Amino acid sequence: MGRYVIRRLLQMIPVFIGSTFLIFFMVYALGDPVAALFGDRAPDPATAAQIRAELHLNDPLWKQYLIYMKNIFTGDFGTAFNGESVVSLMRSAFPVTIRLTIVAILFEIIIGISLGVLTGMRRGKPDDTGVLLLTLVVISVPTFVTGYVLQYLFGVQWGWVSPSVSPEAPFNELILPGLVLALVSLAYVTRLTRTSIAENTRADYLRTAVAKGLPRHRIIIRHLLRNSLIPVVTFIGTDVGFLMGGAIVTERIFNIHGVGYQLYQGILRNNAPTVVGFVTILVLVFLLANLLVDLLYAVLDPRIRYA
Amino acid sequence: MTVIDDISDVPTPDAKLAPLLEVRDLHVEFHTRDGVAKAVNGVNYSVNAGETLAVLGESGSGKSVSAQAVMGILDMPPARIPKGEILFQGRDMLKMSGEERRKIRGRKIAMIFQDALSSLNPVLSVGYQLGEMYRVHQGLSRKDAKAKAIELMDRVRIPAARERVGDYPHQFSGGMRQRIMIAMALALEPDLIIADEPTTALDVTVQAQVMELLAELQAEYNMGLILITHDLGVVADVADKIAVMYAGRIVEDAPVHDIYSKPAHPYTKGLLQSIPRLDQKGQELYAIKGLPPNLTRIPSGCAFNPRCPMAQDICRTDVPQLHPVGTARGSACHFWKETLGE
Ligand SMILES: Nc1ncnc2c1ncn2[C@@H]1O[C@H](COP(=O)(O)OP(=O)(O)OP(=O)(O)O)[C@@H](O)[C@H]1O
Ligand code: SF4
Ligand SMILES: [Mg+2]
Repeated sequence: MGRYVIRRLLQMIPVFIGSTFLIFFMVYALGDPVAALFGDRAPDPATAAQIRAELHLNDPLWKQYLIYMKNIFTGDFGTAFNGESVVSLMRSAFPVTIRLTIVAILFEIIIGISLGVLTGMRRGKPDDTGVLLLTLVVISVPTFVTGYVLQYLFGVQWGWVSPSVSPEAPFNELILPGLVLALVSLAYVTRLTRTSIAENTRADYLRTAVAKGLPRHRIIIRHLLRNSLIPVVTFIGTDVGFLMGGAIVTERIFNIHGVGYQLYQGILRNNAPTVVGFVTILVLVFLLANLLVDLLYAVLDPRIRYA
Repeated sequence: MTVIDDISDVPTPDAKLAPLLEVRDLHVEFHTRDGVAKAVNGVNYSVNAGETLAVLGESGSGKSVSAQAVMGILDMPPARIPKGEILFQGRDMLKMSGEERRKIRGRKIAMIFQDALSSLNPVLSVGYQLGEMYRVHQGLSRKDAKAKAIELMDRVRIPAARERVGDYPHQFSGGMRQRIMIAMALALEPDLIIADEPTTALDVTVQAQVMELLAELQAEYNMGLILITHDLGVVADVADKIAVMYAGRIVEDAPVHDIYSKPAHPYTKGLLQSIPRLDQKGQELYAIKGLPPNLTRIPSGCAFNPRCPMAQDICRTDVPQLHPVGTARGSACHFWKETLGE
């Protein structure tokens, strides 16, 4: 196991370099960061040249990338458009997005799994069919539509929650945005749980559990759920990475100053350090989340062995 | 093979006691999209303590379904038991509450399944799965249950039980896994064990060892054993009596020696002739012609008539009842005398 982890960590290095270089290349090749600093006004050529030199913009791209990487490892992610350091933007943005992701994951676990177990054990009954249809609707409607609709209904029409989130973004204000963020994944979790429960219900080992004279709750929890939830848990684990990066739409709708919001601002203002910096961290989160999921899988299912 | 008279081979059940298990006129049907599949159509058999009943028959004849009905583990629906009685120690289990039946399962009647790999929970250690019997039924602590699990593994002769108690099913060989299934069935020293093709999934060399172990433990604990198989070869050594099933009915029912020497039903005869024998090496193996019937459309009269070499007109119209043959056997064939006589 230890060797497997080391191998996986080593494998991350080329993936990390490749993906960061790609994003670095795209962002820097796309626009002129100096022009962007000055907005609509034409920059003074002398100042522009000085900034270019400071930012190493005259060096070849690979060299810029190396310098950037070196800076990153000393904790310097550059400066954002408003003059703040990117690191300080990250300090304020990531906790907000992490809280939002936690709320979303809780929705997936509590609602998604419950609905999946319920429908999996009541296949073909009207409530099963109803939930199944609902998940289809949720999956096929884009997040910004459900987001705005729910925001309007709960925030504006009924006034149950405030339609936009304050800059501190405490947990209680993130309930509705968390639900919106979770919705599509929640539908997938429901369907995955349902299928998995249905499959395992027919399994031989479950028949054995009944033949052993175990009480029903023990058969369901210790045998049926313990097996059925393995793929669900790994799906939710992988989803952590997706949710953190995918919160852009949700954060825009509810005006949450998280990672998605900062990324959006960075792109809008053509601020390369912000975009590259945030994406780099997201890539890392994603890679680590996947490694953790694989390790978790081995813990949950003893048949999986990594060597 | 020695021929033994009916009289000399009568089993001697204690006349004062009812049989341990008595199945009477059991019917099981499955309601499916294609119609009603009549899997079990009036099965009668009984087992006494210490006795082994072998249930024989081709695939689909209803051996497993009738056993699962006894065990109370059929999924209802799609299964339904429209008729019958299953008397265990004199009480009809079909009239018991779900909770009463649950307390019999595992404790008084235990079951061993064919494929131990799929029948054991893949993500729980064998120690946990064995110990669960004691924790649930006897309220033992986790630690005591584990000690009992190790004891059980020793008893079914799994080497290094103490070290292997935390291993998972996939880490054992097929034979060892089946020993674990046997251990699990044995845990609470039940009165009756139902073994549904316990050796079919195993290598031939291991089959004999596992069968031996099962027979030995059965004798030691004086348990009744229902051994389901379609392998007549396995049966001869271990069974006391045999019930041959065809299309959900028992067509012949007899002490083991009688059946081997003188089958009283053409289907049994066909089964016996299809066993490979050393003295017929090289010859083509006999096979009963045709296929078992579709259970949604069982032929009228004797269900075996389309495949029977002795079928007459009456076989297509009248269902043969189980005629007594001698004292302790029966044959559901209109022409049982002729079959015996040949
Ligand atoms: N859940 C079910 N739904 C519908 N039909 C079923 C179901 N379970 C069993 N059957 C039918 O009942 C019949 C008897 O099956 P059973 O498993 O008892 O056969 P068997 O004698 O044990 O055969 P084998 O030697 O293959 O194990 C089969 O034709 C099968 O199709
Ligand atoms: S009753 Fe007729 S068809 Fe059935 S087994 Fe006997 S002879 Fe054959
Ligand atoms: Mg079977």
